[in-house]
Amino acid sequence: MMEPSNEAELADAIRDASGPLRIRGGGTRPIGVAGAGEVLSTTALSGVTLYEPGALTIVVKAGTPLAEVQATLAAENQRLPFEPMDHRSVMGSAGEPTIGGVVAANVSGPRRIQAGACRDALIGVRFVDGSGTALKNGGRVMKNVTGYDLVKLMAGCYGTLGVLSEVSFKLLPGIAAKATLSIKDQGAAEAVATMSRALGSPFEVSGAAHLRGETLIRIEGLSDSVAYRSEQLAALLGDAATIERDPDVVAQTWEAIGNVAAFAGSDRDVWRMSVKPSDAPVLIDALPGAETMMDWGGGLVWASCAPGTDLRAVAPGIAGHRTLVRASEATKQTLGVFQPEPAPIEALNVALRAKFDPRGILNPGLMG
Amino acid sequence: MEMPTPDAAVLAKKPRLVERLTAVLPEDAVIHAEREIKAYECDALTAYKCPPLCAVLPASTEEVAAVLKICHEMEVPVVPRGSGTSLAGGALPTADSVILGVARMNDVLETNYDDRYIRVQTGRTNLSVTGAVEEHNFFYAPDPSSQLACAIAGNIAMNSGGAHCLKYGVTTNNLLGVTMVQMDGTVVEIGGAHLDAAGYDLLGLICGSEGQLGVVTEATLRILHKPEGARPVLMGFDSNEVAGACVSDIIKAGVLPVAIEFMDRPVIRATEAFAGAGYPDCEALLIVEVEGSDAEIDEQLGLILQIARRHNPVELRESTSAEESARIWLGRKSAFGAMGQINDYMCLDGTIPVSSLPMVLGRIGELSKQYGLDVGNVFHAGDGNMHPLILFDANKEGDLELCEAMGADILKLCVEAGGCLTGEHGVGIEKRDLMVAQFTPEDLEVQMKVKDVFDPKWLLNPAKVFPLAASETRRAA
Repeated sequence: MMEPSNEAELADAIRDASGPLRIRGGGTRPIGVAGAGEVLSTTALSGVTLYEPGALTIVVKAGTPLAEVQATLAAENQRLPFEPMDHRSVMGSAGEPTIGGVVAANVSGPRRIQAGACRDALIGVRFVDGSGTALKNGGRVMKNVTGYDLVKLMAGCYGTLGVLSEVSFKLLPGIAAKATLSIKDQGAAEAVATMSRALGSPFEVSGAAHLRGETLIRIEGLSDSVAYRSEQLAALLGDAATIERDPDVVAQTWEAIGNVAAFAGSDRDVWRMSVKPSDAPVLIDALPGAETMMDWGGGLVWASCAPGTDLRAVAPGIAGHRTLVRASEATKQTLGVFQPEPAPIEALNVALRAKFDPRGILNPGLMG
Repeated sequence: MEMPTPDAAVLAKKPRLVERLTAVLPEDAVIHAEREIKAYECDALTAYKCPPLCAVLPASTEEVAAVLKICHEMEVPVVPRGSGTSLAGGALPTADSVILGVARMNDVLETNYDDRYIRVQTGRTNLSVTGAVEEHNFFYAPDPSSQLACAIAGNIAMNSGGAHCLKYGVTTNNLLGVTMVQMDGTVVEIGGAHLDAAGYDLLGLICGSEGQLGVVTEATLRILHKPEGARPVLMGFDSNEVAGACVSDIIKAGVLPVAIEFMDRPVIRATEAFAGAGYPDCEALLIVEVEGSDAEIDEQLGLILQIARRHNPVELRESTSAEESARIWLGRKSAFGAMGQINDYMCLDGTIPVSSLPMVLGRIGELSKQYGLDVGNVFHAGDGNMHPLILFDANKEGDLELCEAMGADILKLCVEAGGCLTGEHGVGIEKRDLMVAQFTPEDLEVQMKVKDVFDPKWLLNPAKVFPLAASETRRAA
């Protein structure tokens, strides 16, 4: 295993590599097809480079533990806007998630519907491409349209276009108060209708999920405002809505939703499906023997099913994408982890990869 | 600003090109008579003008594909154009290029309030997207100052922002999907009504690529329900430092206003003379706006006013009616017009870390003395996106060049302070040759490699974004 401790060493390691490399942060998100190759760990690239609370921005080295980033921000009553999920329980993995891993997999949480995804908060990157060249894109300011936005390309490319050495984010102020509205005994169609009504209101919903027949709506902000919006939403959604105001209970509820805790600790496959919310009930009805939950107001459907089931074959006309997040290596090989792209898009992806990693050594095969 | 010499071989193709374009488009959609093509000789960066070879106004994705296929085969450069409001010369033609205008493509294709999106043709103006959903109390969030005129196509090309992006983000954060035509005529669908990409985030890459990777003909945009209300507060301060510290403290306090706008003394005086909004005569003025119900606004403004008072403002005025709100915004909204009354001006667009605000304003003041040109500052303080307005006289020999040199120094200063050359206007031709101040040759090379993938012959808007010397071999190939 190689463990460079600065960007120059990282560049050397990649330039001098004689074969495929497996890029690794904390190793807690084993998504994608595992392949052979020497492990290149980013965990020694660690630490906060620059944090300016008054500018709502932070710059950190890619291998910095996520927990350390979050603690640094919490000390100033700030936070990452996108509430990254912790994959450890659902993947059955161990280790310490890194901020670079969060970016490489574009990991977001329930707040994605209101505050955007990881890629939306990411304002700058430094990375080393497959030829060993250190590069930067974006910067440390919130508004920046100087040149092409390669920042977006680096978010969610799982290290196949470059190895991150440093990442910058825009931040949000901490949350003073929160509440969850819940309505029990709703089917998928009813739940999506409820969530759409809430998300289509002026009351700034920051979470909308449905699991085990219960629809959950989250409100966050200043305390009077949360009280006001909870009441307004309860009135809008009807008598059946109850309001949970205990901040610890609210936090636990949404942590469990974001981390897909419901599907932890089983041998079944887990799929993550991004669809238009109104398509979610149709998709869910069509899934054979799958257990499901919805986040993002129905825009994100998680399903757990018998090993080897191809959920991409179900209702294939529904637009969006379906990722096989948890399965045996054999199933991942057979079904493919990532949604196959239409030919002209795949041609662009292949050509981009050839430019960024001409030798094809960065996580080859991981994304298919 | 220099533009490449037109290619005589391409100029000679005009008759054949017009003939072929007329075969795939209605006759009135191909503009080639000399006096008619003058309408396309510039965008809002009016210091630079050059009539194109011809202009085409396709009405559908299919027609765009047909045009691009012909230009690709004949190796004629294409400059895409939205409404021509670019301040960076993004739609400036060269004599050997075809202007591809999307103005005739302005239909709403679909509105979906349950899933909260609208699908439009990209020639539609920014404000009319909101106009299409307003009756249901929805809106499209990005609000560039030119929103009455600017097209969604241009917004996507430049990843446009606006006054309210502190809360709602810029175009890229509100764009869900596009239909794009590649230079060879291939039509691709990227993204859609669902969230995030399956693989590489090509949507994020396209947004802000200044029309160099493809022509976006249709867009799926996120729409939101309007807030219950909004209310601004106006604050005047004795010094830029204090105003800057107040901005920082508001941000740190845990409230997130939708907008924090900043104006300095030259701009305050100019707008008072022009619009008479009743602003105090002070060194720096902030307009802070928050949203929500009345009670929520009171809660947020209570906190903000408490912070402002700690900084000894010379004026603190909270709006108590829609009329007062409009008056508070009046000066800010007429700032550019007011400066234009004094003289010609060049509007810059660098971003800086908010913490560097006093230092940067101080240095701009020094540069102003050094060059002998007046500068006013009006900008989005919450996100550090500055708009210094340099006053000059276009009729005075050498004044434009002097102004450009001073502008370049200010933008380099933004980079030096830890910021960037452009926050929301784009690079175009205006900042093209300054890119080396922000990027290493390798940083620029990898971006040009991306263009190689989408447009191997470098026919789409080729003389923009990258320094001419850096892109020369690719453009000549």
